[in-house]
Amino acid sequence: MGFFKLTEEIMPYLLEGTVVTLQLTAIAISIGFVIGISLALGRLYGNSPIRAFCRGYIQFFRGTPLLVQLFIVYYGLPRYGIKISSFLAALIGLGLNSAAYQAEYFRGAIQSIDEGQMMAARAIGMSKFKAILNIIIPQALRIVIPSWSNELIYTLKYSSVAYMIGAPELMAQAKFVAAENFRYFEVFLVTAFIYLVIVVILSRLLDLLEKMAKIPGLQFFQG
Amino acid sequence: MVMEKNELLLKVENLHKSYGKESVLRGVSFELKKGETKVIIGPSGTGKTTLLRCINGLTRPDKGCVWLDGVEVTHPGVKIDHVRQTIGMVFQNFNLFTHLTALDNVRIGLTKVKKFPKKTATEIAMAMLEKVGLAEKAHCYPAQLSGGQQQRVSIARALAMNPKLILFDEPTSALDPELIGEVLQVMRNLAESGMTMLVVSHEMGFARSVCDEIIFLEKGVIVEQGPPEVIFICPRNPRTREFLYKISELYGE
Repeated sequence: MGFFKLTEEIMPYLLEGTVVTLQLTAIAISIGFVIGISLALGRLYGNSPIRAFCRGYIQFFRGTPLLVQLFIVYYGLPRYGIKISSFLAALIGLGLNSAAYQAEYFRGAIQSIDEGQMMAARAIGMSKFKAILNIIIPQALRIVIPSWSNELIYTLKYSSVAYMIGAPELMAQAKFVAAENFRYFEVFLVTAFIYLVIVVILSRLLDLLEKMAKIPGLQFFQG
Repeated sequence: MVMEKNELLLKVENLHKSYGKESVLRGVSFELKKGETKVIIGPSGTGKTTLLRCINGLTRPDKGCVWLDGVEVTHPGVKIDHVRQTIGMVFQNFNLFTHLTALDNVRIGLTKVKKFPKKTATEIAMAMLEKVGLAEKAHCYPAQLSGGQQQRVSIARALAMNPKLILFDEPTSALDPELIGEVLQVMRNLAESGMTMLVVSHEMGFARSVCDEIIFLEKGVIVEQGPPEVIFICPRNPRTREFLYKISELYGE
């Protein structure tokens, strides 16, 4: 069978996996976003137990392999009566893992904001909470876009590890198809190409987002 | 608008503040009546900025009290966020919110702190921008404005909160010489309209023509205070004379 005929044949299976990969990435990055921003704020503005917890969380998830984390969630939790699907386990693992990295990006972005911004906000009578919400976070979100873009792309690619716990994403589908027809080289080449196409599209979209969020006249030198 | 100049607005009593071993303020006391403008001068590192920050609670003094309009703002039980709404502050580096337009910079305190409806807030904010001569720049971002314009927007931001008192922390020190005039003009108009102002500045022309009293602060204590004509012409303390001589040499006055 020729390469193009083969590609045509395996494409439906791979696209099925692609949809799962995209779902996994989108939800995991969102979970990571919410938890990550909370961790960053907790680390910067929390009291000492909160700061210690956030530091510990980030340390753990950045200091251990993603695969180990996925195995803990998928194989470990059922021992304590928590049985979840491989897709859900992958979501939780990837989301919690991404949160740790996103937290560090947000922390860097927040710390790069001039302290005069907070002072000026407090000086017009904003509480610390309001100042964070209305002044610090909107600025941090703009600054974080370039490093956050990397995190999105990493999460997409790392989601392939989820095949190890049997989540039916792109990598798992590819492995399944290749094991049937033994055309490993072609199948994984096509799979790689699919990842590449998604990454290129995402990069373009994020560049666009960065341009849209840019504040006229303002230069950020970091990131 | 003419204001009675005898009602006490601000009373600072025996303020002390140290950072580690270094004592920045060592017992500062003075008063400010409604409608008065006082200018604080003194060498760098003598606690001028710390003094202003103690007044609006951005820094907590180690000892001493500040009263604003009969309320002790240094009291631990006081709602300091609430107090700050009534004290404007203008910074050396403007500190305009970089992600907001001039209009939003002026409006955000009204909508987010005072909870005014957007329409009312916009009207007030535009009036304030008008007052500092920047209504046509309402939709510009800070980075699109000159330093002088940014400082005028920051004055409008302080004014919008309808403060009882505005603190100016070296408002012209970060500006190019040709931009200083426009900011001083706005401040002069404010002083003349009866705003109560406490200004840290070395703009002697402004001090001489506008302020009611000059406070010479050095090493955390008030060395001398008095009306500009006294301070400029016959300062009692030799340190004041020396400092004014240095300043006038520097500014060529």
